[in-house]
Amino acid sequence: MAVDFDTEVQELAAQYADSRSAVLPALRLAQERHDGWLPPEALEEVGRALGLTPAYCKSIASFYDMLHLQPVGQRMIEVCTNVSCALVGAQQVLEAFERELGVRAGETSEDGAFTVRTVECLGGCGWATIVALDERYRTRVQPADVPGILEELRNAD
Amino acid sequence: MPIEAKQIVLAGADKRDLTQLSEYEAIGGYQALVKARGEEPQAIVDELKTSALRGRGGAFFATGQKWSFIPKPEANPNPHYVVINADESEPGSFKDNEIMARVPHRFLEGALITAYAVESRHVFVYIRGEYTGPYDVLVAALEQIRERSDILGDVTIVIHRGAGAYICGEETALLESLEGKRGQPRTKPPFPAIQGLYDSPTVINNVETIATVPAILEMGGTAYAELGVPSSAGTRLVSLSGHIVNPGNYEIENGMSLRAIIYDLGGGIPEGRALKAVIPGGSSTVVLSADEIDVGYDYDSLAAVGTAMGSAGVIILDDRCCMVQLGIRVSEFYEHESCGKCTPCREGTRWMTTILRKLEAGDASLAELDLLISVCDRINGKCLCPLGDTAAQAVASYVAKFRDEFVAHLDFRGCPFGDESPLHNVTAPVAQHFHHPTVQVPG
Repeated sequence: MAVDFDTEVQELAAQYADSRSAVLPALRLAQERHDGWLPPEALEEVGRALGLTPAYCKSIASFYDMLHLQPVGQRMIEVCTNVSCALVGAQQVLEAFERELGVRAGETSEDGAFTVRTVECLGGCGWATIVALDERYRTRVQPADVPGILEELRNAD
Repeated sequence: MPIEAKQIVLAGADKRDLTQLSEYEAIGGYQALVKARGEEPQAIVDELKTSALRGRGGAFFATGQKWSFIPKPEANPNPHYVVINADESEPGSFKDNEIMARVPHRFLEGALITAYAVESRHVFVYIRGEYTGPYDVLVAALEQIRERSDILGDVTIVIHRGAGAYICGEETALLESLEGKRGQPRTKPPFPAIQGLYDSPTVINNVETIATVPAILEMGGTAYAELGVPSSAGTRLVSLSGHIVNPGNYEIENGMSLRAIIYDLGGGIPEGRALKAVIPGGSSTVVLSADEIDVGYDYDSLAAVGTAMGSAGVIILDDRCCMVQLGIRVSEFYEHESCGKCTPCREGTRWMTTILRKLEAGDASLAELDLLISVCDRINGKCLCPLGDTAAQAVASYVAKFRDEFVAHLDFRGCPFGDESPLHNVTAPVAQHFHHPTVQVPG
């Protein structure tokens, strides 16, 4: 696994004049291999593969919203609550997820199955409310859709 | 659609699946590239200058002029780079999403023509990390031309995914991010044309700008320049969202009236409600009140009323909306997305949010409304990049144009709209780690 990871990161790095450019794709890859977040060993693996310190990798990971330095649920539910989505009821969609899962925005359900959080504009304002389910957009989500979405995610496992 | 629109960027996409190479070639796809390669690179740059195309990312810089800043290879032996800004993150804007998803080959053709014009062999597409759908389409399109040396030539195209940071849409922050650093803007000069990616000559253009290039080569710069209005040649994809009957992207000729965009294309305001305000070019732009929409949607006309096309994200607000609540949500966005490099932006956006929250709660005095404007003034023009400026200008415009409503929050000792407004107590990302809507915010 470690060898595979190094090989894959090296292939990413080969696309750039400076291998440091591969740090974002490498962190993303590491995150996929560590249950959706970046524990210290993931930062070490990326650092080793690219000749960077773990501290440097952490300084990058802490800057970007999609890289997580804390554990997350098995499925990530991200509700856009920026202006366009909020105007057509994004807050009510968020609250439906919070209610169904017994969590508040930014938290993970007790069984570890779902993290719910709000995110800034996802660039789908014409199809609001946008909810990203494991980074796949669901468009025109209404509060009434929420139980069905959760059911669907549970059955997909 | 009630109005016959001139389509340039999305031409043909309603009738055919232009994500397929064969379909795109069937309507003459990649022929503009062949034509371009039959001429000298300088001739392409000149054609772009003739077309009067200006950047569609928001800054509206003349594209041909930008290309002409790139030194000739003999003058600067470093590799030349083409970097395409596909980090579309401006609230209200979703046009590049649709362009990449529906006409990926036109976009790639534009990228290859651009590379030829500035004598580059390296194209990087910096696409925002959240755009998984458009990313997959681009990767598939690139795969279709992978074996086509007649198309790709000696150019490599790398699609680089961001990881969630609005600031990376700022061109120098984007370059930092592409170099594997935190996405914090650089000081200018040096400008990217001279020292951009890896300190080498780099041209950076927006997705829509690039996707317009093939049409300009096909029809000629002169014909393109005749579309639209003199200050704003050509077409523009306008993203309509918010309180509008038919939200979506509409390709219009520049200069169409904003009223026609809202009522003829967009179908007006739902549920028979009244229009209150329009954010004309993404949340970074100065708001327009309902009586200011008889204005052409073009650079000069919007500048004359003190605002801008920006990234063409038109957000419609009906009469239920509280402008203080809008201020909070917009301010929270910029607070969250401030990269932290410049103090006025990093601290100022937080203060804007804090004061706006006090106003909304009815705990503020008239002096604090003045303080809000003072904070905006102290951000504006005092940072490396426009993020803080636009936050300050946008929020200050809500106060300037809806001052009575802000003052009513003082007189009423609370929000006159309350939860009637859809922007009431919205949980923003910046807030979710510290409090919940039902919890009182200290201070």
